Amino acid sequence: MSGNLAWWIEIPVALLLVLSGLFALAAGVGVVRFKTFFQRMHPPALAYSFAAWCVTLASIVYFSAQDDKLALRSWLIIIFLSLTVPVTTILLARTELFRRRTAGGGSGRSGDEIPPALNQELI
Amino acid sequence: MTPLLFGAIVFAQACFALAMGLALVRLLRGPSAQDRVLAMDLICTLAMLMMMVLAIRYRSSMYFEAALLIAVFGFIGSAAMAKFLLRGEVIE
Amino acid sequence: MRRLFPSPLLSLALVALWLLLNNSFGLGQWLMALLLGWLVPWLTHSLRPTPVRFSHPWVALRLFFQVGRDVLVWNWRVLKGTVAPADKVPQGGFVVVPLDLRDPNGLAVLAAIMCVIPGTIWSELALDRSALLVHMFDMDDAQAEIDLIKHRYERPLMEIFE
Repeated sequence: MSGNLAWWIEIPVALLLVLSGLFALAAGVGVVRFKTFFQRMHPPALAYSFAAWCVTLASIVYFSAQDDKLALRSWLIIIFLSLTVPVTTILLARTELFRRRTAGGGSGRSGDEIPPALNQELI
Repeated sequence: MTPLLFGAIVFAQACFALAMGLALVRLLRGPSAQDRVLAMDLICTLAMLMMMVLAIRYRSSMYFEAALLIAVFGFIGSAAMAKFLLRGEVIE
Repeated sequence: MRRLFPSPLLSLALVALWLLLNNSFGLGQWLMALLLGWLVPWLTHSLRPTPVRFSHPWVALRLFFQVGRDVLVWNWRVLKGTVAPADKVPQGGFVVVPLDLRDPNGLAVLAAIMCVIPGTIWSELALDRSALLVHMFDMDDAQAEIDLIKHRYERPLMEIFE
């Protein structure tokens, strides 16, 4: 293990970490703040996309500089996330639509209406 | 490790922890079950990011294994719960 | 060659994934990666009913960078909307996008794109694949967003997969 890294490596790593922290925090704020379920589904995508990219890029830069070889391993995390996030998101969106339609009626709040089904026979 | 990088790491970890706490609020309060699943999924992803920051902090790539495991189990858990809410059966 | 490697792209992806996962490029890992890249697509061939027709790699590369840029732009918009003062919080809503893309693989890629980009959520697809229900974070100009989805993502995907 080499000792301290050059300072010009540490600056981009630190910057990326701060950015990812801010975006993850915004995701948490959005999940609590918004009033309707579908509006709440958008902020976590901040954590899944930009925050995850920043952390991964930071760790690639850091470990590549530390071990003097390209450490692309954490790239797997991004690949994996981009495969799994759509599955979870679509399942949750389908769940909300299905449950709200079978329960009938919305919460009565404006902007919280559920649109009619594209496939009427399936709900 | 310079104070700059250490400060950035601590800041990122604090942000992740705070975001997890906010998601926990939604998890406990959430009016519908799918709100809770969404919050749980966000907590899993944030835990995974936390692991990757810990890997940088302790200069050990061992934490990547933990991050991958959390990602896998978080995904399976969220998908199974959403599937259950969708039809009432996990395996059809 | 076709019989040995029913889907060469999947084989390549598996080799790359195995080498990345092990983080070493020794002879043993290469042999294992090649074995995996040959065996897994061959064994799971019958699980993939619709063959992937992939053409125009340059269009695919351009689409990849386009999506990357849009993710950054939408991240910024959603971040701004999230921390906006209470009277300026964007009102989301549903839009129905008419679809011309019919290939299931292309639709799967479109779904992945819509979900990775914050601000758009793929909610429902009509059974005959003629329309798509999307929830938008920000409903300032719904028609422009529909045109953007059709022009930016659907047209390249139709070129690539059809």
